Amino acid sequence: MHQLTLSELAKKLRAKEFSVTELTKSLLGRIAASAPTLNAFITVTAESAMTQAKAADGLFASGSAGPLTGLPLAHKDIFCTQGVKTSCGSKMLDNFVSPYDATVVEKLNAAGMVMLGKTNMDEFAMGSSNETSYYGPVRNPWDLSLVPGGSSGGSAAAVAARLAPIATATDTGGSIRQPASLCGVTGIKPTYGRVSRYGMIAFASSLDQGGLISQSAEDAAMVLGAMSGFDPRDSTSVDTPVPNYVETLNAPLTGLRIGLIKEFFEKGLDANVENLIREALKVYEKLGAKLVEVKLPALPLSVPTYYVVAPAECSSNLARFDGVRYGYRAQDPKDLMDLYKRSRGEGFGAEVKRRIMTGTYVLSAGYYDAYYLKAQRVRQLINQDFKRAFETVDVLIGPTAPDVAFALGAKASDPIQMYLNDIYTIGANLAGVPALSIPCGFVRDLPVGLQIAGPHFAEAKLLNVAHAYQQETDWHRRIPAAFVRELLS
Amino acid sequence: MTWETVIGLEIHAQLSTKSKIFSGSPTAYGAPPNSQANLVDLAYPGVLPVLNTEAVRMAVKFGLAVDAAIAPRSVFARKNYFYPDLPKGYQISQYELPVVGRGHMDIVLDDGTKKRVGITRAHLEEDAGKSLHEGLPKQSGIDLNRAGTPLIEIVSEPDMRSAKEAVAYLKKVHTLVRYLEICDGNMQEGSFRCDANVSVRKLGVEKFGTRAEIKNINSFRFVEKAINYEVARQIDVIEGGGKVVQETRLYDPDKGETRSMRSKEEANDYRYFPDPDLLPVEIDAAYIANVKTTLPELPDQKAARFASQFGLSEYDAGVLTSSKELAAYYEQVAKLLAGGKEPSKEQAKFAANWVAGSLAAALNEHNLEIGESRIDAARLAGLLGRIADDTISGKIAKDVFEAMWAEGKDADVIIESKGLKQITDSGAIETAIDEVMAKNPGQLADYRSGKDKLFGFFVGQVMKATGGKANPAQLNDLLKKKLAG
Amino acid sequence: MSLNRDQINSIAHLARLSLTEAEIPVYQDSLSKIVELVGELDAANTAGIEPMAHPLTGLSARLRPDVVTEKDQHELYQRNAPQVEAALYLVPKVIE
Repeated sequence: MHQLTLSELAKKLRAKEFSVTELTKSLLGRIAASAPTLNAFITVTAESAMTQAKAADGLFASGSAGPLTGLPLAHKDIFCTQGVKTSCGSKMLDNFVSPYDATVVEKLNAAGMVMLGKTNMDEFAMGSSNETSYYGPVRNPWDLSLVPGGSSGGSAAAVAARLAPIATATDTGGSIRQPASLCGVTGIKPTYGRVSRYGMIAFASSLDQGGLISQSAEDAAMVLGAMSGFDPRDSTSVDTPVPNYVETLNAPLTGLRIGLIKEFFEKGLDANVENLIREALKVYEKLGAKLVEVKLPALPLSVPTYYVVAPAECSSNLARFDGVRYGYRAQDPKDLMDLYKRSRGEGFGAEVKRRIMTGTYVLSAGYYDAYYLKAQRVRQLINQDFKRAFETVDVLIGPTAPDVAFALGAKASDPIQMYLNDIYTIGANLAGVPALSIPCGFVRDLPVGLQIAGPHFAEAKLLNVAHAYQQETDWHRRIPAAFVRELLS
Repeated sequence: MTWETVIGLEIHAQLSTKSKIFSGSPTAYGAPPNSQANLVDLAYPGVLPVLNTEAVRMAVKFGLAVDAAIAPRSVFARKNYFYPDLPKGYQISQYELPVVGRGHMDIVLDDGTKKRVGITRAHLEEDAGKSLHEGLPKQSGIDLNRAGTPLIEIVSEPDMRSAKEAVAYLKKVHTLVRYLEICDGNMQEGSFRCDANVSVRKLGVEKFGTRAEIKNINSFRFVEKAINYEVARQIDVIEGGGKVVQETRLYDPDKGETRSMRSKEEANDYRYFPDPDLLPVEIDAAYIANVKTTLPELPDQKAARFASQFGLSEYDAGVLTSSKELAAYYEQVAKLLAGGKEPSKEQAKFAANWVAGSLAAALNEHNLEIGESRIDAARLAGLLGRIADDTISGKIAKDVFEAMWAEGKDADVIIESKGLKQITDSGAIETAIDEVMAKNPGQLADYRSGKDKLFGFFVGQVMKATGGKANPAQLNDLLKKKLAG
Repeated sequence: MSLNRDQINSIAHLARLSLTEAEIPVYQDSLSKIVELVGELDAANTAGIEPMAHPLTGLSARLRPDVVTEKDQHELYQRNAPQVEAALYLVPKVIE
């Protein structure tokens, strides 16, 4: 069962080839068996999953099951889940049980999906390797000595290892797409404002977006509609209709104009990775697409722009973690200042503290204009670059990450090296445009991702373009050797 | 060395919306601790703010009432600092682009002089919670019910030059926000708070002196005292060779002094930046025009109308329009006194004297608002009517007023039950006069021999004999005639 | 551009983060590197360009009606509280 895509699972459940309870039990078993090696989950909600599964089976029996009823999923531990520990990968929230459900969780529960558990992640979504989690690193199912990428490393590893057929995730600078690329799975970051941020613990409010990591574009299309849409509880949620993303998956690609970002194919890109990208582009040409070179001259400034804006916003967003109303509190504080400093100093990990301090610095008196305001102007330039590009092309295609997965610990001591992993993904967050990553081959037996980006609210087009490629290739069906078989706990 | 005082006031007025500015929690005062703080107010992980439409409307109303420009686009910004009553670790406020721009407020001082005080800006922000210290030896208890209540912060230009001017401005703004029904102005409950920025400079010098900020003064009296104390303190410091420190100070009403609140090192860097969770507020001409139609007659307009329509003095008009409710009460009394028609100038003045006089005094004494008056407008008009038609004298009327207030009855009922009708029968008055004259032959002789002052004695005696009920005018006439012989 | 000890200490203080003696040079080093990285922004010509605070350009604030929608759930919310007494959140004494 674990080798089936979400779409295949849906069909077989409807055909009553097996029950939701059987499926859920089987996946819970895989999760338990892989826990010591992958560490993809922080919390496994076995009991409630079985309860949800039973209810779903009831709906199938009475003939009132919907398109997503009984389909299992995992939620990145950044989404608040009512009555369930929500840690955000941090010691600061190790003892936190959320009293409410995030809108995304509410929506997918209502659609009848079964929550298997909460996936591991970089602490407060800050990282590109899932090495900063309080709960230990997640390992890449393709090679356990390597990182899965981050911050949604747990979700990516879980889907790659087929512990869950699909998982929610979040992307602020590439945290869905980069781990998807490193783990050989599909990951989509929707347009900013498409998916409600209510209940999605904030890292950088103008960049964060909730999305999915799945086995295929088709699977993502099935669930994206259900999790998207206007939410009155989120003032940055956009009130535009949500299309049926499945309906347009098979639209023909003739006449599709694909933009290749000149700046992405310059230095920094591994030659083998570049080859795979170019192979993928040939597939698109065969399908009737035209390739056009576009220039986005401000794009190379994405990383410095991001490392002003994101830390600035996070320094403010994380100020609420002070040991007063919830979360970690230092023992025996001698006064208020001590309570704040030690609760935060002890509760947060190094990368989080680094970013909070960076953010505090760039917003501080005397530096605001030179850093924050300047970065927001460069952001405007990047946004204009994308807008201009989309006047002449329908989508942009290029690499997701500069290289394949790297060794655990290899970049942990040099934050700048770590930050440069996001060089191709950050631009989409700054401009708020949707982008996804799909597997397009292997280098040294490790997966490589192809990134497809589009203008605002072009998710349907992106999924269609991705799906077309996935009809012509089978990279997305590959499962890491260690996880192909049934796992015995 | 003559010193000049420079004062600017920052007023925080809680807007009387039903729900908070960024969440749907109730704003009612006095609820049990933390019973009105939801996930958004508590700054739980993952929550987001959503702006209350009524808060915006109320801010625009205020801006229009002070002739200010309304920003077509205003932005919420985060003011970042750590304090236990500030759950997010930042306050959502407005910084570079406030909703209300430059305006002004005209004030009248006690001596009648007028002054225009500039308003620099007014912006929307959220209130913080409260720290409670009683009963907890080494700890403070945090109540977040108030966190998220909408505030409008009104910043004046440093145009005031004395504590009295500051109080006049403060009172005017207080009256205005109550007229507009955007704030209940309850200073004891903290819905209307004032910080004063005070500095001194030598007369003639253009540069401002270093200012100190006196925080959270919660009564008009304290504002005046605090400012006067602070001015004297600063002058002392400078004359003693020292320098005034820019700092925040608290007024201690028990000791009557201001003291330093936070140490110099704690100068906060608020790191303002636009709040990414909220989009800019856009206000167009149509919206503004619509709000304009909902503006009530403003205090100055009403006072001007009272002066012209009712022929009242500026002073009287000012007193009667100090609250919308008092003005409405007065107008009702005046109209009823005139039998539903336009009151004459005499009637208007007559009513004004009683409303601004005895009624206001009674309200003050019992610490009541006009809405809680124990004599309603109709009843008071009834009493005034009985004076006007000579049923009772003005002097007796004061006793009737007291009884009406105490017993909650109509004037007629009291007059009847206590037998207070004026004696207007000349015969009866003449009889009383004759009796008094007969009983006081000595004074009569003195008066007739030229001691005119004794007239008052006879008036008093006749009044006493008639239980105060002789009609004074008639008594005067008849007495004069009889005394003359 | 390198950050010195005092700067690190004052940033940590503003951000209410305790730092051990050993941590100070570590953050000095990484923060200085980050500041160098973001220094690349200086090269960009942004004359006449408006800052972009969020990607939803052209959209304005959505207003919600002034209606009370919440009820008292403090018991539920205070389950996560480290120290509560008589429904108040307790902290070391706040000195005005």
